[in-house]
Amino acid sequence: MKATGVSPLAAAGPRRRWGDRVFSNLALAAGVTILALLAGVALFLVIESLPAIGAAPSELPDGKSLVDYIAPLAFGTVLAAAIAILLAVPLAVAVALFITHVAPRRIVGALSFLVDLLAAIPSIIYGLWGIFVLGPAAVPAMRWLEENLGFLPFFQGPASVTGRTMLVAGLVLTVMILPIVSAVCREVFSQTPRKLQEGALALGATRWEMIRMTVLPFGRSSIVGGAMLGLGRALGETMAVTIILSVSGIVTFNLISQANPSTIAANIALDFPESSGLAVNTLIASGLVLFAITLVTNLAARAIVARGPAR
Amino acid sequence: MSLSRWLAVVVSVAVLAVGVAACGSSSEGGGSGELSGQIAGAGSSAQQAAQEAWIANFENENSGVTISYDPVGSGGGREQFIAGGTAYGGSDTPLNEDEGELKGAMERCKPGELVEIPDYISPIAIVYNLPGVEGLQLSPDTLAAIFNQEITSWDDKAIAADNPGVELPSTRIVPVNRSDESGTTENFTDYLYKVAPEVWTHEPSGDWPVKGGEAAQGTSGVVEAVNAGEGAIGYADASQAGELGVAKIKVGSEYVGPTAEAAAKILEESPEDREISKGKDVFAFELDRKTESQGTYPIVLVSSLMACTKYDSSGEAAIVKAYLEYAISPEGQEAAAENAGSAPLSDSLREQIMPAVEAIETGS
Repeated sequence: MKATGVSPLAAAGPRRRWGDRVFSNLALAAGVTILALLAGVALFLVIESLPAIGAAPSELPDGKSLVDYIAPLAFGTVLAAAIAILLAVPLAVAVALFITHVAPRRIVGALSFLVDLLAAIPSIIYGLWGIFVLGPAAVPAMRWLEENLGFLPFFQGPASVTGRTMLVAGLVLTVMILPIVSAVCREVFSQTPRKLQEGALALGATRWEMIRMTVLPFGRSSIVGGAMLGLGRALGETMAVTIILSVSGIVTFNLISQANPSTIAANIALDFPESSGLAVNTLIASGLVLFAITLVTNLAARAIVARGPAR
Repeated sequence: MSLSRWLAVVVSVAVLAVGVAACGSSSEGGGSGELSGQIAGAGSSAQQAAQEAWIANFENENSGVTISYDPVGSGGGREQFIAGGTAYGGSDTPLNEDEGELKGAMERCKPGELVEIPDYISPIAIVYNLPGVEGLQLSPDTLAAIFNQEITSWDDKAIAADNPGVELPSTRIVPVNRSDESGTTENFTDYLYKVAPEVWTHEPSGDWPVKGGEAAQGTSGVVEAVNAGEGAIGYADASQAGELGVAKIKVGSEYVGPTAEAAAKILEESPEDREISKGKDVFAFELDRKTESQGTYPIVLVSSLMACTKYDSSGEAAIVKAYLEYAISPEGQEAAAENAGSAPLSDSLREQIMPAVEAIETGS
């Protein structure tokens, strides 16, 4: 904002023009508003959680200490988001590569549009799709996982008969964050310098080798950036998880059973309507933890992105 | 506009008029038609469907009145009523001293008195999905053991003992509970705690206390989960059970299903809870879940209305009074039964609680 003072436009005349002043003030106001909003939310969370932080465990819901109450929720939040990100990133990169480098030109537009359309579906619709379609459809698959890969802690079972498991919730989150991750990747992949690509091909590289040597390194930091954006959405996703997941407040890596850890956002949505007094403060304290988790994730993403593309 | 278009408009207006007239004649809501103004209420989401029906009928009879009911949940309803944000509230549990809510509500109503009356009785059905098994019967101890995850297979001896002559499959039992905090859960756990104390050792709570079961959001979520999973059993408002099997529960020496009459009967069997019923216009019932009286279904949710005997304006008081009168009237209870599947209050109970509504002072 300071920079406008020495911008070529302003420097051209003896005085800054009227339009420039209005613009710079508006821009300044917009920037300050963002900061004020963020600070306001953080302040609200801190103030409202203080009563819960100071309270004795016996006064809190379930008679557990605040840490014991929030820890399983934080675990569930991170687990669901981790499943989503592990599945969504490779898929999103592949989709982006297909659109930018493999697909015939005439279907590129339609295909990008369809992927973007996934982002326009309300999360409650994803939730309903999860319990009515994906969940029941996943039951046989989860039985198979239990029987054949049951030695892994993830697939211990017993497999749920309704399909409302952490694995299904993670799959739905995967679909939900796919568009944003792939949009970011697509944007950058298509900007890979032409001469690098042609150079690689001229040296005798196959298309895959060309992609591996030029497109992927060029887009690496953006893949991370896109992944982190997706992670942010997966961490905070509320409605879909609330509807799908059969929550039980336990900590387990078992992804296919009926007993799953809840997530922070889903737990707030489930318990807030019937809560009063200190229980509300406890829920807000869990929201503060979620806020902190997302903040750390985003800071980490920025650090990675900033370090990335130099080479 | 073409002729056919005009015709369509005329026909639809006519249909609308007939529909409105039909609504008007079918509801004989209380009120003299001279009331005007607006009041707001908030609270129990279990009452939502009933409140919607009452409000629609009441506003039809009293065109100058606007009533809103925000189904924020019982906790939020109590909080808003105590804070004075709403004229009346709905709650699935009576106001009590635990969190100073009873005192707060009495304070709010000063210089008047607090009014609290039951207005909504909803039987909670035990729904199950077990193809080939109809008319499942369960004793309280068996029911508690199933939901406590001690009985895990449908061909367990305890279940067989309750169902002589029925062939039970060896399907795994999947107990389904609510994942959100709810009055339904609180009433169901209260029942288990009182009737099967040896098996069910968890305190009554709106949050499901047993870990590891299947959990789903809301009544519709539980019904959907039971529908989807063979071998599943859950608890849900009886009106929402749909096609699912509904278990009969052992009361005394017989097995009783969640019918409206059987559910309404529990309040007649229950003594008033004078610990809580401190004001003369506060009717809170200590539900006698252990009743052995014939034809009584003890797993019910009883929701209450909260109001005051005095309001700042006599207009507001008049609306609250007329609305409460309508809600507990036979017509109001009938409308709730139709819309929400609740069990109508019995006449004797209505006589008992009527003085509390009449205590509301409309001035003049």
